[in-house]
Amino acid sequence: MTGRMRSFLRSPVLWPLAGIGLLLIANLVLKPGFLNIAVLDGHLYGLPIDVLNRGAKTLILALGMTLVIATGGVDLSVGSVVAITGAVAAALIGQGTDSLILIVAGALAAGAAAGLANGLLIARLGVQPIVATLILMVAGRGVAQVLTDGQVLIIKHPGFDFLGNGFVLGLPFTIVCATLLYLAAHTALRRTAGGMFIEAVGDNPEASRFAGLATARIKILVYTVCGLCAAIAGIMEAANIGAADAQRAGENMELDAIFAVVVGGTALAGGRFLLFGSFVGALLLQMLITTMYNLGVPPAVAPVPKALLILTVCLLQSDRTRRWFDGLFRRKSAP
Amino acid sequence: MKPVLQRRLPQLTTGAIFATLFITAGLMYEGFFSARVAVNLFTDNAALGLTAMGMTLVIFAGGIDLSVGAVAGFTSIFVATLIEKHHVHPALAALAALALGGTFGAGMGAIIHWFRQPAFLITLAGMFLLRGCAFWLNTESVGINHPLYERMADFAWEIGSVRIPLVALVLAASLMVGGIIAHYTRFGRNLLALGGNEQSALLMGLPIGHAKVWVYAFNSLCATAAGLVGTLYTGSGNPSTGIGLELDAIAVVVIGGTVLTGGRGHMLGTVFGLLIFGTIQSVLLFDGRLSPWWSRIVVGVLLLAFILLQRLLVRVAGKTR
Repeated sequence: MTGRMRSFLRSPVLWPLAGIGLLLIANLVLKPGFLNIAVLDGHLYGLPIDVLNRGAKTLILALGMTLVIATGGVDLSVGSVVAITGAVAAALIGQGTDSLILIVAGALAAGAAAGLANGLLIARLGVQPIVATLILMVAGRGVAQVLTDGQVLIIKHPGFDFLGNGFVLGLPFTIVCATLLYLAAHTALRRTAGGMFIEAVGDNPEASRFAGLATARIKILVYTVCGLCAAIAGIMEAANIGAADAQRAGENMELDAIFAVVVGGTALAGGRFLLFGSFVGALLLQMLITTMYNLGVPPAVAPVPKALLILTVCLLQSDRTRRWFDGLFRRKSAP
Repeated sequence: MKPVLQRRLPQLTTGAIFATLFITAGLMYEGFFSARVAVNLFTDNAALGLTAMGMTLVIFAGGIDLSVGAVAGFTSIFVATLIEKHHVHPALAALAALALGGTFGAGMGAIIHWFRQPAFLITLAGMFLLRGCAFWLNTESVGINHPLYERMADFAWEIGSVRIPLVALVLAASLMVGGIIAHYTRFGRNLLALGGNEQSALLMGLPIGHAKVWVYAFNSLCATAAGLVGTLYTGSGNPSTGIGLELDAIAVVVIGGTVLTGGRGHMLGTVFGLLIFGTIQSVLLFDGRLSPWWSRIVVGVLLLAFILLQRLLVRVAGKTR
């Protein structure tokens, strides 16, 4: 019993789940109707749906980021990639491209190309991940601004609009898409050896190379997938607001994604990953933001609780605090 | 090639690139070769130069600090609020800001060292925290009207017909002090040793905890100074000062030939990096046909080129050994 209790207490997902519970209670106290869901025109509306809807983008980014972090790297460029894909989609629509498939394919290709460039720099040339992705983070926004000519391009395309504001079976399309992607990632990584390969590369690249893994190719693939995830989030973002804003789109999204992953218990050192943790982490972040709006905190101040949350999680997960906690439990159970 | 020359090749390359860029620009645009443009390279990039100086030391030690832009923004609005709303003397307000900034940096350094957390994550949290606090103080920019401020903003050292504003003088003096700290003090050498190999530095008995905490404190002090210089330059405090400043500062340091993994580099390279950055901005201004966002792409391409050059040098050094 105590052993199971302790392993439960040690589970990294416990903290963010407890955080969501706390926020839920706080919200219910502040606003008793917080959990109400209404059905209008066959579509579901309500604050919980809103949290999921807005959290979907962070979740999709966090999926890609989880894999990158599992290989011991990090991708700082996802925010810029979000801006680039939005700009590409807007530019294609602006040029008169009508086919939704072409527009989406173009945007996805841009994201994949960005991820591939990151992966090649890191895996083939041995550049540090922070540095390699920093280049695209700096230059990417410039590229997006060149594509949009520095203006906010308005997007008018009913098919494209559906990707950000549409409903499937009463649920917003973004939620359905994010859930499907999550399930696909889970199946592809945990029902096959793929996830273990990624973890092996993150744990010890040399050893996994000697064991016969194509380390470089796995890394390149992971960064490309991360770029693709950023592209999907970028399409959703542009479709949701109906415009491509090269300056503001995806701003600080890389931080949100990293935060969701770290809060979810995936260590930045790599070698292990928890997809479910990232899911919970993304949800917690969005809950926190929604709570702030409920409290009437101005959006510009909202980063403060976010920062405090991440600091708390970092300190709670550090070895030093763990040892201190363990000592505390032992002393209590000793007499 | 002489070993000293080979070791300083990145810095020499940066210097050569700056010279080429400046001379080409001078030949292309009328009036580019003037003392005014040269002085403006310093004046317009004073805040960036100060943060880049601190960032150089942090990167020497193998760390990174993403919070500097937010520190500058917080300082800017903090000082303006103190002076305008609470009628505190500017000197006192500046001292308070410096004390706060230093403490904040030391706190981040302590968490990074004692809890063994990745520097980029903790400083990212610090960036969120201070940027949010800055907007908490005020969401709008606040003009600073104080006789001392006006006098300082108007002050300039005149050599012949050349006017060097106070901001440029502060930057030049700070860069010199930074260079001395980095290359002629025990602290600077400890930082390079720490960045080269933390385990060896620890086994050699170097005070790595002390060095880490102090370098983050010093960097935040530099960022605070950058925020103060910004208020002097614009005559107001703005909570959104310095958004993206951390990226520019890191870019300047890397273009200056400092290796991002730590342990190798020179402050002189950072000075050249700053000058290159400033020259690109001036060229875009002089040209007028190119949109301002091209500067980001050029900086990105330069970053890429320098990182590839560094990889090449490391590979060549590995083969000769």
